[in-house]
Amino acid sequence: MFETALTYNDLMFLAKGAGMTLMVTAISVFIGTVLGIIFGVFRYQVGALWAMPLTFVLDVFRSIPLLIQLVLANAFITTVLKIKVSGLTVACGVLSLYTAAYCAEIVRGGIEAVPLPLRRAARSLGMTWGQDMTSVVMPLATRVALPSWIGLALGVMKDSALVYIVQVVELLKSTQILITRLQEPLFLLMICGLFYFVISFPIARFGGYLEKRWSND
Amino acid sequence: MIEIENVRKSFGPLEVLKGINLNVPKGEVLTVIGGSGSGKSTLLTCINGLEPIDSGKIVVDGVEVHARGSDLNKLRQKIGIVFQQWNAFPHLTVIENVMLAQQKVLKRSKAEAEAEAEKQLKHVGLGDKLKVYPSRLSGGQQQRMAIARALAMSPDYMLFDEVTSALDPQLVGEVLDTLRMLASEGMTMICVTHEMKFAREVSDRVAFFHKGVMAEIAPPDELFGAPKTPELQQFLSATH
Repeated sequence: MFETALTYNDLMFLAKGAGMTLMVTAISVFIGTVLGIIFGVFRYQVGALWAMPLTFVLDVFRSIPLLIQLVLANAFITTVLKIKVSGLTVACGVLSLYTAAYCAEIVRGGIEAVPLPLRRAARSLGMTWGQDMTSVVMPLATRVALPSWIGLALGVMKDSALVYIVQVVELLKSTQILITRLQEPLFLLMICGLFYFVISFPIARFGGYLEKRWSND
Repeated sequence: MIEIENVRKSFGPLEVLKGINLNVPKGEVLTVIGGSGSGKSTLLTCINGLEPIDSGKIVVDGVEVHARGSDLNKLRQKIGIVFQQWNAFPHLTVIENVMLAQQKVLKRSKAEAEAEAEKQLKHVGLGDKLKVYPSRLSGGQQQRMAIARALAMSPDYMLFDEVTSALDPQLVGEVLDTLRMLASEGMTMICVTHEMKFAREVSDRVAFFHKGVMAEIAPPDELFGAPKTPELQQFLSATH
C-alpha cells in the first residue's frame, strides 16, 4: 500500500505546478486588490446610484462561474479579437477582475465602517480628502477588511485551479497529469492537498498575526 | 475677528439658523447656551466650513468662509474645533494623534511635531500618556487629547461644541479646567455648553439661542442676573 512509483522528478514537476499556482494567485490578487481599492473607493465616493454601471459589471464577474468566464474570455480574445495571448495572461486577467469584483465590496465595507465623525475630525484639523483617506480611513478600513481579504486571497488561490482550462499547468493540472501516468490518484491528491496547505497556511497565519498586532490599540 | 452676518441654514424643511448676526473679536470668550435644537452647534460647524450655509456670510479674519474658492483647509488650521465626541484616531498613539495633522497639514518635521505634541499634551495634563493608545484613556482624557490635538495646529480661534456633554459627571471638571486655563491664556473661544456655572465664570459674553434665533447676548452677570426674554427666563429656571 505504501509503495509508490512517484520519483523525485515527479515531485519537482508538482512543485513547478505549485509555483505556477502561486504566481497566478500573486499576480491576480495584487492586480485585483489594486483595482478593488479603486473600484471600492469610487463606489463609496459617488454613491450607489452613479456607481450602478460599475456595480453591475462587478456583479457579473461575481455571479458567473469562473470556469465559464475563463472559457469565454479565452474564446473572445483569441477568436473574436484575434489577439495572440498566452493562457497565463488570460488566466491572470480574468482572475484579477474576479478578485477585483469581490475586493471592491470588501473595500467599500471597510470604508463604511470608519465612523463619519472621525473623518470630520480629520477634516476639521485642515486635512484634505486625500490626507484623511490615506492617514485615517485606509489604516482603519484595512483593519476591518483584513480577515475578509485574507479569505478572498486564499479563495482565489484555490479557484486558480480552474485556469487549467486555458492551458496553464498549475498544481492541480500537474497532479492530474501524474495521476494519468502513475494511476495513484489518492496518494497524489494527498500530496497535492499538502502543497496547497503549505502555500495557504503561512498566509492565513500572517493574517492572524496582523489582526493580533493591530488589536492592541 | 469672526463676523457672522445674517446667516441662515436649513436641514431640509427645518430652518435651524434664522438669520444670526454675531461678531467675536480676538481674545473674547463667548459661550453659547440654549436648548437642544436651538442651532448653537450648527453655528460652530458652519464657522469652520464643515457645513454649508444657505444665505448670509461668515468672515474670519477678512476671509469669507463659504465663498467660492476659499481655501477651507487653510482656514481650518486657524480655527480649531473640538466636538462632543472626542474622535481619537484609534490606530494612533496619543502623541501620534496630536502629531498627524501637524505633519500632514503644516508640513512640520517629525521632530518639530513631536516636540509640539509633547508640549500641548503636557499642557492639558497628559504628559504621562504619550505612548498609549486612546482606548486606554478615560473619556475626559480623550477629550483633553482632542483639545491638545486642535491646539497643536496653533489656531487663532477655538470652537468647543458641548465638549463635556458625553462625559461621565466626575470627568467633566478636568475638561472644564482645561478650558478655563485656555481662556485665562487669552485664547479666542466660542464654547457651546450646558454648564451654566462654567459659562458664568469664564465668559466675556454669553449668547442665548432659541429655535434658531440668537434671543439674547450680554455679559454673564447681566444675562444670568437679569434675563430679558421669557424664553431665557424659562430656560434658566429649567436648568437650575
